[in-house]
Amino acid sequence: MSRPRVRAAIRWLCTLAKRVNQETLVSVVLTAMALTAVSGLAVITAFIFKEGLPLIMKVGLKDFILSSDWHPLEGKFGIFPMVVGSLAVTAGAMVIGLIFGLGGAILLTQFCPPRLVSILKPSIELLAGIPSVVYGFMGVVILVPFIREHIGGPGLSVLAASIVLGIMVLPTVISISVDALQAVPRPYREGSIALGATEWQTTHMVMLRAARSGIVAAVILGMGRAVGETMAVIMVAGNTVALPHSPLDSVRTLTSNIALEMAYAAGDHRKALFATGVTLFVIIMILNTIALRFSRRRAGGTRSR
Amino acid sequence: MRHNPARSQILAITVMWVLAALTIGVLLFIIAFILAHGVPHLTLAFLSEAPRSGGREGGIFPMIVSTLYVTGLAVLIATPIGLGTAIYLTEYTRESRLTAVIRFGADCLAGIPSIIFGLFGFVFFVITLGMGLSVIAGALTLAVMVLPTIIRTSEEAIRAVPRAYREVSYGLGSTRWQMVTRVVLRSALPGICTGVVLSAGRSISETAAVMLTAGSSLTLPRSLFDSSRTLSLHFYTLSREGLSMANAYATASILILAILAINLSAYWLMRRFVAKVS
Repeated sequence: MSRPRVRAAIRWLCTLAKRVNQETLVSVVLTAMALTAVSGLAVITAFIFKEGLPLIMKVGLKDFILSSDWHPLEGKFGIFPMVVGSLAVTAGAMVIGLIFGLGGAILLTQFCPPRLVSILKPSIELLAGIPSVVYGFMGVVILVPFIREHIGGPGLSVLAASIVLGIMVLPTVISISVDALQAVPRPYREGSIALGATEWQTTHMVMLRAARSGIVAAVILGMGRAVGETMAVIMVAGNTVALPHSPLDSVRTLTSNIALEMAYAAGDHRKALFATGVTLFVIIMILNTIALRFSRRRAGGTRSR
Repeated sequence: MRHNPARSQILAITVMWVLAALTIGVLLFIIAFILAHGVPHLTLAFLSEAPRSGGREGGIFPMIVSTLYVTGLAVLIATPIGLGTAIYLTEYTRESRLTAVIRFGADCLAGIPSIIFGLFGFVFFVITLGMGLSVIAGALTLAVMVLPTIIRTSEEAIRAVPRAYREVSYGLGSTRWQMVTRVVLRSALPGICTGVVLSAGRSISETAAVMLTAGSSLTLPRSLFDSSRTLSLHFYTLSREGLSMANAYATASILILAILAINLSAYWLMRRFVAKVS
């Protein structure tokens, strides 16, 4: 928008606001807006539970989560293979996310010349901007054939999904770890260097320890991303409803279960997909709460992003 | 071998450089691979025609329009609310139980996976409010989804405006609202725009939530209540059902080019903002 236009709009708003008791009006409107996010969260929670919980009650929580019998058209709703699938894929992704993410964060905050930082940081943000379908597609075109030919199995596997997700969670892990490392007071680093420690010793003995809670938060939020990712996983994980016995087996995750069957599900089947959503929602909420707790632990600590 | 701090430092730094190079390498490879396969298929006809036989042939014009509608509307809805929340949190209240609750809500919302937003949008907007699979249902769902991003970036931008600006404004006798609109928002504008632009990027990329709320019709949406298929969902369908690899690559390169443009403008806005404030 052009400057004169913005100016005109602001002036218009001001004259309008002057006529009413503007300050009161403004603060009422702003409070209402500020409550939107919380009420949105409440409505989302209410609707997901309202749709999904009755089926969990009907089937029984234990049977729903611990049974491996998923035949929705015959009324058998057991999501154990999907729970295991989600956990397996997430665990694999976090190995990659942790190694690459922490390495990247340490490099960016401790060893990298500022000019390179100004190139690397936007690149990492760009990595976050690439659509998940594109990651999934790259997985299908490059990674899956590679695994099938050189490592074995069908290619569409826990391994493929872990690698794709590992790359996808990197921006989350890196940016929150960077915040945590940057929040460590300068004297910590300087003191350690002054005592004769090398920069690397300072990094792993002082900086990483001081930033520990923020890094834990970064990893947990990364896990949340990995558990919740849908489209990329559908494309590379194979989606077989079965317990995986090796990283080369095909799996279906909780998210893919919803996205794959929602299009044609009806009645109890649809409710079972919402119940899968409830399970996913609970997992995510637990992870988020832990992450929030960790990221607020230190005074002046970093807030999650 | 005796432990040698200097050597382990060199080793550690080398390993980290390799990891970083691999990460950037993956990024560049993805972009180059998609563009190399897709750009040759990008023709004016592809951009301006409707798809034929389910997307095997023809172009992606309706999907471009759908994406613009859904994304534009989502940002249009989320921006005033997000900005209002940020102004409230920074200028109109002190830290209290209420602000803690508001922040908790925004933080939780930011962590919820898109498929959950999709389920919610489906049962709430599509079914309960009777909007059907439509542009407006998709846009509202995405608006809730990007709200936390807009709140957070706006809040950071507003907080970065120096205190002195506010004091001078008060000193000249302005009311709080005059101070906010004429001084704070004006200085924070590029920072706020960064958040809006990034939210637009997130909306364009989103697939799962849109799939369950905006539908997958191949025709041009004529009203807000028409079903529509966005670019990312079209790309997903083309590649997953193996309809046409050429069209899939071309659609993907449009997505990548859009994301590149969005990230570049966000970067440019952010630099302008930093230059302005400091």
